[in-house]
Amino acid sequence: MKQLLTGNEAIARGAWEAGVCFASAYPGTPSTEITEAIAGFGEVNAEWAPNEKVALEVGIGAALGGVRTLVCMKHVGLNVAADPFCTLSYTGISAGLVLICADDPAMHSSQNEQDNRYYARLAKVPMLEPSTSQEAKDFVKLAFDMSEKFDTPVMVRVTTRISHSRGIVELKPRKSLARKPFKTDPKKYVMVPSNARMRHRVVVERQKNIAEYGEKALINSIEPGKGDIGVVSAGVAYQYAREVFPQAHFLKIGLSNPLPKEMIRKFAKGKKKIFVVEELEPFMEEQIAAMGIAVEGKSRLPEIDELNPDVVRDGFVKKRKPHKADVVEGLPNRPPNLCPGCPHRGLFSAIKPLKLVIFGDIGCYTLSVLPPLSTHDSCVCMGASIGMSHGYSKVGGNTTQKSVGVLGDSTFMHSGLTGVMEMAYNKGSNTVIILDNRTTAMTGGQNHPGTARTLKGEDTVSLNLEEVCRALGVKRVFRVNPFEVKATREVVKREVSIEEPSVVISTAPCPLIFKVKSAPLAVDSVKCKECGACLKINCPALTKRGEKAFIVDYLCNGCGVCGQICPFDSIGVPASK
Amino acid sequence: MKTASTEKKAAGKATSKEPIDILIVGVGGQGIILASRIISQALVYAGYDVKQSEVHGMAQRGGAVSSHIRAGEKVYSPLIPYDSARYMLSFESLEALRYMSYIYAGSTVLLNDQKIDPPSVASGQQEYPPDVIERIKKKAKDVRVIPAADVAFELGNERVVNVILTGALAGNLPVSRKIWMKTLSELVPAKLMEINTKAFERGMQFSNR
Repeated sequence: MKQLLTGNEAIARGAWEAGVCFASAYPGTPSTEITEAIAGFGEVNAEWAPNEKVALEVGIGAALGGVRTLVCMKHVGLNVAADPFCTLSYTGISAGLVLICADDPAMHSSQNEQDNRYYARLAKVPMLEPSTSQEAKDFVKLAFDMSEKFDTPVMVRVTTRISHSRGIVELKPRKSLARKPFKTDPKKYVMVPSNARMRHRVVVERQKNIAEYGEKALINSIEPGKGDIGVVSAGVAYQYAREVFPQAHFLKIGLSNPLPKEMIRKFAKGKKKIFVVEELEPFMEEQIAAMGIAVEGKSRLPEIDELNPDVVRDGFVKKRKPHKADVVEGLPNRPPNLCPGCPHRGLFSAIKPLKLVIFGDIGCYTLSVLPPLSTHDSCVCMGASIGMSHGYSKVGGNTTQKSVGVLGDSTFMHSGLTGVMEMAYNKGSNTVIILDNRTTAMTGGQNHPGTARTLKGEDTVSLNLEEVCRALGVKRVFRVNPFEVKATREVVKREVSIEEPSVVISTAPCPLIFKVKSAPLAVDSVKCKECGACLKINCPALTKRGEKAFIVDYLCNGCGVCGQICPFDSIGVPASK
Repeated sequence: MKTASTEKKAAGKATSKEPIDILIVGVGGQGIILASRIISQALVYAGYDVKQSEVHGMAQRGGAVSSHIRAGEKVYSPLIPYDSARYMLSFESLEALRYMSYIYAGSTVLLNDQKIDPPSVASGQQEYPPDVIERIKKKAKDVRVIPAADVAFELGNERVVNVILTGALAGNLPVSRKIWMKTLSELVPAKLMEINTKAFERGMQFSNR
């Protein structure tokens, strides 16, 4: 049976077909839907972990516990999980463990576009790169077989374009496997230096064996063509290159760490030119150049952004001349924005007049950086807001301009606890605001340890943010309702002026995920004095009719923040409704 | 299997499948993803190799959204190259102008006449482009304007705009009515099948103008 599946759905399907019984992940675009899809299979116990490091550690335990295990994350998630990842390479596995790493070239929804293929080299872990949905499924299955054959975790590296594209996939039945009971083996699993030294030798030997395997494996293949140009490519870049060079000789790489060097030598022999077509960094190019083979790659292609057939054609064949109608100067942009009724708009409207330095974090709230709201001074990585605001205030930053750290509830679960511990322990004086919208909103509303529900939809305990912050040593912990703009402002104003660490928890559910909606509001055009204050909160429902403010009623969520901002009391529920 | 029979039919045909590239553009929340799924699935049932690609993530937050659908005997790149979209289906008027590089002189542009003001237009800093159709015609002559919101209003359900537009494109594609109906029934909820069938058929009436 054939089905049209996204790369992410195909990965989940492949893992299920391979007999996977356990999966763990933290949501992150573009990887989120893999774990959501695999949770739909009854045979698979799937969990949201608080962060990627925990997800991988749980995964290691499950693999040692004897079942095939899938762990998924986005590229920056592997930074968080890098610690267990690099040593897991030494211990190896028991039942198969596959780590899916979804990179985001072009940063469709990320803070950087790091090329995680280097992690595979760093950790000496084999890496597979599928180029279609069908391959995504097939490669995941192969990855489990390789994991057990070579006693290693295997990384499957995809990109946004693979994760979120649909293609035709042939479905197969599930392989049923018995659980392997754990066998104690301290020399293999206890990485004290004396054992780790031994294991590193095993890893180096293993990489040699995998390289040898790669020379013959069908996953790497020479596709003969015409002419004297040879193209080496992997992942979705292969598909673009295929389109641009329909006749050329191809070496399609599926196992890209370690590279099949003999195969590459054989392929290069007699060719006038070898082109390496790869997205982001010159990962393959540099290794092939180091073998003494003349290659062209990044001299012709950018190492930023996504590739597509046009970029590849521009770089290697002929630069396209744009049509004069192609670019429309001054076309109004349509940037993503906080939704109508978003509680973050209430919170930022409340604190904007305080003129604080705002150390932000990773989540929907970062969208408030857009003018005219313009309320973010930094965004680095998950949880950074807390440490940064502590460091800033520690060196006297607050004496010139007061600051806050701002992060969401899911981000707080992911990486906020240690930051709060730090500011309490090291006698900080900073204020942290937790934007508690009861979900992981940015990735589409996933559960987390504070939502009282698991990925599988079961009821569970819920972490209490106030109790946790107090337990970590912060005495001043307050809860506010961000839709009460003035009261929220007063609490934050007071806390930033007190020389003691504090946490303000701003709680209101995400209206998009929980479908919260009140009656739409309207502007009384007689009372409106055209001051434009309401337009500065950047609500999609607020617009202008002539010089007066106007609310588009089908977009309005009725949250009432604009009404509290209006100095002339001109916004309210229309009398007729 | 239902798919096996369509596959066999496709294999039996001597003529190869002409490649068809379709670009759907609009604003997050307009139902572009569902429209893309219906069109892609129908083309699969009609025996094509199909790839479809869009970027979500920010889509629900009112940003610009585009979806690439490529069908043919064998499809490589999931992204349509410039100057080669046979059809562009624009769910919102000015959004078509963001993707002019993808169309060529022989393209057919199906344009929903609905206007959704971008933030800079809503706040009065910029003007909504008054000459969308003229600008498109500088590159592609065949521009068909579809009053999808008006049709949806007539049908009594403003949420079927996406299916009306899907129908408007569908009539141009080498896919049988039977396949469209089968695909529709698989991808829209059963209780909404009646209104969506009506919407699809009304949309199809715009195909051959």
